[in-house]
Amino acid sequence: MNLFLQHALTGISVGGCYALIAIGYTLVYGILRLINFAHGDIFMVAGYFMIFSFAVMPFPIAIIVTLIATTVLGIMIEKFAYAPLRQAPRMSVMISAIGVSYLLQNLATYLFTALPKAYPAIPGLKKVIVIGNISTSLVTLLTPIVTIVLVALLLFLVNKTKIGLSMRAVSRDYEAASLMGIKLNQTISFTFAIGSLLAAVGSILYFTDRMTVFPFSGSLPGLKCFVAAVFGGIGSIPGALVGGFFIGICETIIKAIGLSTFSDAFTFIVLIIMLLIRPTGLFGEKNIDKV
Amino acid sequence: MLKVENLKVNFGGIEAVKGISFDVNEGEIVTLIGSNGAGKTTTLRTIAGVVKPTFGKITFDGKDITGAEPSSIVKMGVTLCPEGRRIFPDMTVLENIKIGAYLRDDNLADDIAKCHRLFPILKERSNQIAGTLSGGEQQMLAVARSLMSKPKIMMLDEPSLGLAPLVVKNIFEIIKTINDEGTTILLIEQNANMALRIADKAYVLETGNISMEGSGKELLANPKIKEAYLGKKS
Repeated sequence: MNLFLQHALTGISVGGCYALIAIGYTLVYGILRLINFAHGDIFMVAGYFMIFSFAVMPFPIAIIVTLIATTVLGIMIEKFAYAPLRQAPRMSVMISAIGVSYLLQNLATYLFTALPKAYPAIPGLKKVIVIGNISTSLVTLLTPIVTIVLVALLLFLVNKTKIGLSMRAVSRDYEAASLMGIKLNQTISFTFAIGSLLAAVGSILYFTDRMTVFPFSGSLPGLKCFVAAVFGGIGSIPGALVGGFFIGICETIIKAIGLSTFSDAFTFIVLIIMLLIRPTGLFGEKNIDKV
Repeated sequence: MLKVENLKVNFGGIEAVKGISFDVNEGEIVTLIGSNGAGKTTTLRTIAGVVKPTFGKITFDGKDITGAEPSSIVKMGVTLCPEGRRIFPDMTVLENIKIGAYLRDDNLADDIAKCHRLFPILKERSNQIAGTLSGGEQQMLAVARSLMSKPKIMMLDEPSLGLAPLVVKNIFEIIKTINDEGTTILLIEQNANMALRIADKAYVLETGNISMEGSGKELLANPKIKEAYLGKKS
């Protein structure tokens, strides 16, 4: 029982990180109908941002710098790699996203070498906490809480604020949205900013637990989070949350019962099964296209 | 008020509008009639800024708005109620009304009340998801949404499209009311009969060119128009 609780807690924590990244996929897909393949690598670069900023400044400022730098990176990628392709077929934008993904990975390899770099320990986050017979670190407990708070804030932003209204309008109908006076580029930039910011938070929580970053640390988590987003129904924020937790928990349980080798394969089996039985995912948009 | 001079627009690789000129004076209802593919929709979308012209000039209240961003055009008081209604189907009716006022920062209560007065059904359905409304109700919602930007001129693209005759009559009465309350109207319609009846001035668009113009009454009585657009033998 204790062992189960221990693993469940780890799973929920990993799942929280996955959920934060999966939301980035879902938001961008919702607005551009684009799978942003570079998202996992933005998450990886956020890891490096933290390593380098932590080396030269106190940790609270380093965290803020990391969050801001990652947000700016997300906006820049959109401006340079996706915005010029606004009128192009969707496939071109997707290929551009794959290009950005490889660019970031190889740039990181070139600049920082392929050797794993130690991720800084943020004071207090690795503190061991003992509840009954379970011992865990603070970051493990904190991750799901941070995730849920951020998702609640995001849902409020999307459903109750004016900028959220514009995001929903643009994601539904570009032309009708611009006829309302909504500025498309501004709304799209804002969406990338939010997605990247959440990826940066996810990155801090994830790497604090993993302790190293290397140029490819974003690719597998990125793919898994993409699966999480598809599982929950791409375009849906609650879907990404549920998908993230589901993938994280299943993966941890599979590792716990001694089948570590299959844990990644499991994620992709989930993807295939979901696509076969319910292609729109758990909370996928039902398309009411009335003409 | 709105002046279009020598406008040429390419759309989908062909020249859809081939140098048309027309003007709309304050307080008028002006209509562009013409068959499918005559370039009516392209003309309105170009004025609204979502399509860029290849040649010509559009001025509104004396200011050049040719090729300006849609948001600045809306801000100046020009709004387009698009063809096919294009409401946001997964938002509520009230959210749809509010999004029409996206660029405004002032109090919306009076204008929402005005929309509810013009379209009482929208008040009843405030919290309903807009995609579940009937076609006629969606068209009303689209008009209400356009009104929320407090336009000086409202352009309407085929407001009668796909609606039952009774609903069409109702919509046209409301367009007349909106005009009486001070909003200039630029209307395009395939239902030439209805459009010409309420229009102060009308232009006939044929494959990208204006082939005829006159008052609504004149064109209604014109034998050529009768035969080509009203389905009556003279």
